[in-house]
Amino acid sequence: MSYSITEPSSRQKTVAGFLVITYSLVTLIPLLWVFITGFKTPPDSISYPPKVFFTPSLEGYVNLFTTRTRVTPEQLEALPPPANFAEEIVRNRKMVIAGPSKFGERFMNSVIIGFGSTFLSIFLGTLAAYGFSRFKVPLKDDLLFFILSTRMMPPIAVAIPIFLMYRKLGLSDTHLGMILLYTAVNISLAVWLLKGFIDEIPREYEEAALIDGYTRFQAFYKVVLPQAATGIASTAIFCLIFAWNEYAFAVLLTSGNAQTAPPFIPTIIGVGGLDWPAVAAGATLFLLPVLIFTIFLRKHLLRGITFGAVRK
Amino acid sequence: MADIELNAISKRFADVTAVDSMSLQVSDGRFVVLLGPTGAGKTTTLRLISGLETPEEGSVHIGGRDVTSESPAQRNVAMVFQQYSLYPHLTVRQNLEFPLKSPVLKTPSGEIKNKVQEVAEVLQISHKLSNKATELSGGEMQRVSIGRALVRSPSVFLMDEPLSSLDAKLRADLRIELKRLQSELGATMLYVTHDQVEAMTLATEVGVLDEGQLVQFGTPREVYEDPNSIYVATRLGLPRINTLPSDLFGAAPTGASTIGLRPEHIKFGEGKECTVTRVEHLGDQTRLHVELEGHRLITLADVNSAVGVGDALKVAPKNPLYFDADGQRIRH
Ligand SMILES: Nc1ncnc2c1ncn2[C@@H]1O[C@H](COP(=O)(O)OP(=O)(O)OP(=O)(O)O)[C@@H](O)[C@H]1O
Ligand SMILES: [Mg+2]
Repeated sequence: MSYSITEPSSRQKTVAGFLVITYSLVTLIPLLWVFITGFKTPPDSISYPPKVFFTPSLEGYVNLFTTRTRVTPEQLEALPPPANFAEEIVRNRKMVIAGPSKFGERFMNSVIIGFGSTFLSIFLGTLAAYGFSRFKVPLKDDLLFFILSTRMMPPIAVAIPIFLMYRKLGLSDTHLGMILLYTAVNISLAVWLLKGFIDEIPREYEEAALIDGYTRFQAFYKVVLPQAATGIASTAIFCLIFAWNEYAFAVLLTSGNAQTAPPFIPTIIGVGGLDWPAVAAGATLFLLPVLIFTIFLRKHLLRGITFGAVRK
Repeated sequence: MADIELNAISKRFADVTAVDSMSLQVSDGRFVVLLGPTGAGKTTTLRLISGLETPEEGSVHIGGRDVTSESPAQRNVAMVFQQYSLYPHLTVRQNLEFPLKSPVLKTPSGEIKNKVQEVAEVLQISHKLSNKATELSGGEMQRVSIGRALVRSPSVFLMDEPLSSLDAKLRADLRIELKRLQSELGATMLYVTHDQVEAMTLATEVGVLDEGQLVQFGTPREVYEDPNSIYVATRLGLPRINTLPSDLFGAAPTGASTIGLRPEHIKFGEGKECTVTRVEHLGDQTRLHVELEGHRLITLADVNSAVGVGDALKVAPKNPLYFDADGQRIRH
């Protein structure tokens, strides 16, 4: 049988696979529990001992997306037959749908603010990282240290000044305000990570492009960006995860118009008793965008880095 | 096509002077080969002409125009890099198309296709066109890198050791192809190599560099037969020129301290007694290593010569080259 020194043996592979699967199971159990709780009825979700096998129900999702009012049995009798499955589920609890909940809106706020700030961080971060990597910038080391130093305290330590500033500037509870805030936090990470990736891309490629008749910006766009794709993808995931999950500032600075999902989801509990399935349904849906984004960029993350056509 | 003129250009990196007030004129359609040991400043010279570096002093003219402050794209030069620099995220075909698609050229797609096909055939890489640039051998990368210059019709070609990674046969093939293309296009070419044969066969002029300075410029014959210094004399000729104390064979011109003997400067059968220490049969030549009063000499013998190790020979100089204590040529 042929073998290669750099290729792990099949036994090593089996052991590695086993360890990875075990680790994934352990870390995924809480997520799995959230996921299945979303499909339980409220009584099932709080039953003791916990139910592993149960009849799935969409009640959590219906409750997540609607507000409901209690009606008397007589009123219930008088209503026409339920128009859809959601109506039917709600009527079983002796209630009627009063209207949509705020979840959709809050979720969209999260999408706008999360992706908006990620895009802005990556856009500014890539340009800054390229500049730091390739040009003689006066006081380069000091500037880089200064950029990093913004991450040396927990962002929430400056919550009060930011709260006051935002109120003065009219940025409280606005999408723009939240996008700027998350970008400000993420950009130092983005500059540092991306500078590392861009430093690794030999200058020779840009020089070749300059000779081939391209301007520096075109060379950056056509030659550097595609090769920095791995770095950009992983940095974007980091930025999105931070902006998506951020809770403290969202609670402090948003209340209505620009409120994101993280501060909203816990408030569902308050609406008519402990509605765990609705919370779990909200959490499940909340996980999806980051998951999809990561899967979407996975190709770039796993592609590895192709430095091979320059003779060292 | 255009001529190149360097007026006393200098380039320093921290404490090294890579190019030291160099002046050079390459006329339109000429094939100039730059010779010099590693670190002599050959690559830096090409980079100054292409615009990847700007000189601290002096000016660069291409086609009669002062281009010293122009960008590489404006200068319209093609360059083959010593380290290939193929775009790793593109295929071979895309690499070759890249200069043609630049905003400066904006070539129509039909023409791009023909050009790429043509160049790929000359360089014998047609079968690799759809490979990723990273999925090539060193020699294949080098040919793609030459191809990326050849698809264009630039004002001048700059080539930095373009054939260094190829095997002997391919190198000989491509040497001829390059010369043919150059004369067909009437291209101006500045070419760096360490290879004697390339220098002698390709060049219309040879420039010899030493520590950033151009120490001699002339036709390959001139540089070979009439070198200005020992340094230049050792750049061309295989086996290398032998250098011995000038008084070894008796009277020497005044001021001479070294005598330089190429194989054709050595006459057998008269003069000083010496012993053969080694015979190398290289096929097309036979090299004799001989010892002469404690000095070692390498020269050529007839291919069919029956000389063997230990044999005694008599040698005398014939129109040798003399150099002074600084290694400068003494002409009489
Ligand atoms: N970017 C740079 N930074 C600092 N020093 C440099 C730089 N480029 C070149 N040098 C120095 O300038 C000198 C000339 O270098 P250059 O690359 O022109 O040599 P070369 O003749 O092309 O040598 P080789 O035959 O090895 O390619 C060397 O001493 C080198 O160390
Ligand atoms: Mg070089």
